[in-house]
Parts: sequence; C-alpha cells; structure tokens
Amino acid sequence: MDATLSIEKLRVEYRSRDLGEATKVAVDGLSLHVGQGEVFGFLGPNGAGKTSTMNVLLGFVPPASGTAHIFGVDVIEPIARQRIGYLPEQTYYYKFLTAEELLRFYAGIFRIPKAETERRIDAVLKLVELDHARKRQIKTYSKGMQQRAGLAQALINNPDLLILDEPTSGLDPIGRMKVREIIQRLKGEGKTVFFSSHELGEVETVCDRVAILHQGQLKTEGRVSDLVREHSANLEQIFLKLIGYSPQP
Amino acid sequence: MNTVWSLAKVVVLEMVRRKDFYVLFILTVLLTGTAGSVNLFNDRSIVRYLKEICLLLIWLSGLIIAITCTARQIPAEREHRTIFPLLAKPVTRGQFLLGKFLGCWVATGMALVLFYLLFGLVSGSRDHQWPVLNYLQAAWLHWMMLGIVIAFTLLGSIVFAAPSSNGTISFACAAGMLLLGRHLNKVALSVAEPLQSLLYTAYFILPHLELFDVRELIIHDAGLIRWDMVTLATLYAAAYGAFFLFGAWLAFRRRPLN
Repeated sequence: MDATLSIEKLRVEYRSRDLGEATKVAVDGLSLHVGQGEVFGFLGPNGAGKTSTMNVLLGFVPPASGTAHIFGVDVIEPIARQRIGYLPEQTYYYKFLTAEELLRFYAGIFRIPKAETERRIDAVLKLVELDHARKRQIKTYSKGMQQRAGLAQALINNPDLLILDEPTSGLDPIGRMKVREIIQRLKGEGKTVFFSSHELGEVETVCDRVAILHQGQLKTEGRVSDLVREHSANLEQIFLKLIGYSPQP
Repeated sequence: MNTVWSLAKVVVLEMVRRKDFYVLFILTVLLTGTAGSVNLFNDRSIVRYLKEICLLLIWLSGLIIAITCTARQIPAEREHRTIFPLLAKPVTRGQFLLGKFLGCWVATGMALVLFYLLFGLVSGSRDHQWPVLNYLQAAWLHWMMLGIVIAFTLLGSIVFAAPSSNGTISFACAAGMLLLGRHLNKVALSVAEPLQSLLYTAYFILPHLELFDVRELIIHDAGLIRWDMVTLATLYAAAYGAFFLFGAWLAFRRRPLN
C-alpha cells in the first residue's frame, strides 16, 4: 500500500516563555504510516500530542527533529497541502460570509476554475446538507451547521487526504451521526482520512486502523479488529489500559 | 497573485459589511454639514474653514479606518482559529501577509474615494470650482501614506497580540510621525549627545508621513503638484511599505501557530 502520510521519529517541543521552565516535549519519536484509502484514527487523552502532530503535518509548527511527508512531499513545503483537506477543532469561520462565499474564497486559493468552483460548491453543500442555507451568513448558523460548513471547506478541493481534528467535538448525536456518515461516504470514494477523536465507539465503527498516543509517545498501532482480538477487550478498555488508567474501587 | 487577491477580497468584504466605516462617514457628513451651516465669517473664509474641517476629518477617519481594519486582521484570524484552515491550504505566510495588506489598503482606498467625493461636493458647492486633478493628487498621496501606516500596523499585529494595544501604538506612532517628524532635526540641534544622534537617526530612518499631507495646498487653492514629485512620493511610500512588510514577514514566517 502506498504511504499517503508518513511520519518518522517525529519530535515536537514547545519552549516555555517563563525563565527557568523546561522545554515541554509534546511528541517524542513518533513514527506512523497511513496508506491510501485508509481511515486512520489517531487517539489519545487530552495533551497526548495529537494536535501537535497535526500541527506539524499542516506546517503550523516546525518539528524539533524527525520528518513528516504527505504524498512524498516534506510538510514544510506549502505544495504538500495542495491535495489535503483540513477540519480544525471548533473553528469559527468568517461570520460575515455566506457558506457559498466562504467556499468560493477557499476555491480561489486552490485556483479552481470558476465553472468547476460552482459545481463543487453545489456538490459539497449537498453532501454536508447545507444547500438550503448557502446564502445565509455563517453568523446565523448553529454549531452543528458551522461544523458542517467547516467540513465543506475541507472538501472544496476534492482532497485525497482529509485531516480532521475531533470532527464531532461539541456536536449533538444527530450532528455526530451526520459527520460519521460523511466520513464513511468519503471512505467509499477511496479518500484517505486521518482523524483524531475522543469518541471511541465512533472510531471503532469508522476506522480501519488506529494509533494510541500517550504523553507524546506511541503506545500501540494496528487494525481495530487485531487490537480487539489481541487484548480480548473493546477499544475503550484497550485505550484505558494503555494510558495506565485504573478505575477507583 | 490569485491567492493574494482572494485573501484581499475577504478583507474588503469584511469592511463593507461592518458598521465602522459607515459610522465614520456619517459622522464626517454631519460635522461638515454643521460646520457649513455656521455663518461667522465672510463667504471666502468660510469656504476655507469648511475645507480645513472636512479634510481634517477625512485624515482622522482615514487613519482610524486603516489602523483599526489592519490591527484586527491577524489577531482575529488567530482568535477565531480561521488561520488554521487557511494556512492548511497551499498558502505561504508571505502570501497571507500580502493578502491582508492588499485587502486593508484597497478597503481604505475605497473609503477615501467616498470621503474625497464628499469633500469635492462640499467645497465645489461653496467655491464653485472643481479642481478635480488637485483632489486626485491629494487623495492619491493620502492613500500612499496610508499604505505605509497599514504596513507598519500589520507588523505591529505580529509583535503585539491584542488588537487594541497594537491599534493604540500604531495610532500614536502615525500621529507622532505626522506632527513631530518634520521637527526632529531641529529638536536634535538643541539637545546634547547621545540624544542628538538618536534624534538625527530617527529623523533619517522614520518615514516622513507629513510629505504626503497636501491639505494646505488644497485649502489655499495652490496649483497642481509636479507629477514627478508625486511619482517620487509614490516610490518613497512603496519603499517604506515594502520595508515594513518585509519585517512582518521575517517575524511571522517561522512563528509556530498553536
């Protein structure tokens, strides 16, 4: 399987602004490979280093050491981001724009021709079920609608790789189900999806493979079915065991 | 250029849909109208008095629009987290800064067109003269000066996290350069070293924004400014604008976003 995304011995550090305070290691020696067409779940408790890893993949933060490549291109090159779609956790898009204008703006960045832009706007707005609200300013949208507008902007360039940072965070059960359906539909279209989530049930349903990160280090990686068989437990129990959580009696 | 223009269009759209500009424009119309209705002097003086008030309001409004619009751009992108999906696309940080600069500059230019149209109408209706070329020169030089202000405010928005502190500092710097810039060399003569050298250095390094202020020429109906001078002033503004934008790019290009 071709590696759409590959990370080798990645280390991410944050220097403290306070004098005398040590540098914080967010990710330590992480190596991962995600193949084409896979849905890959990136799991870990808060502060495990998931968002820091994504920040490196998207060029927001430079790695202290190690490398990361998307489609074989080093992530420090802006062109590495030509074929990806990214949905950050809880973003408030330009409130003064309508969904249509927002998508036209992002399409302009990808230099998509006008006719093709209009065709894609129609398609993604239908996919995320925002077609009825396309001419309304985003400030009038509910939280779920804003999240779906975010998903639409991540899909406007018809990406081959989607990076989703907690895509269902803060959504109600119906919103979560809709996002899950969209991910499954994208998987059916052969897209690669790399996403972080705290919803382990959702991850178990949607993902081909998962990686569990704790305190910046990779604890395990593999197919969900293999992990379940190996540990004789469900994904939630495996997760809790690997991060060293033991419930109080 | 396509990416830069796409970014700029969003900034322009934001200004068109926000209320700040309309409030300033209506305030200028009201103040100019009120001043025009007062009849304390003879007819000739009142026209000059009106022109002076109207131009002062236009200069103040221009500075306020340019600085407030620019100062909030990058902090708002970070606060609302819109910078993340944006820079996750094939956009370089240089293009991001250029787009923001161009958007703020074009938006301010559009506001200036309306303000100078108002000025033309006010002075033309009283003076019965229509020196369109003079007004065009004044508006052009004003716009060029605001280009420098926008560039250093953009640099400030990378250095200072809060738009309010950046806005205040940028406004104080712009006002200081406009009001005191031309006198720094004279002040330097009257002080001892090392302050003298410091003031001289500031005099030669800081942009002389007052060079773009041709209000007196408009108020006193002076003739056209030589076009080669206008060209030189434009190049001067372009050089300083590029200098501040380069500084902004240096500060922003490797800054972690998290």
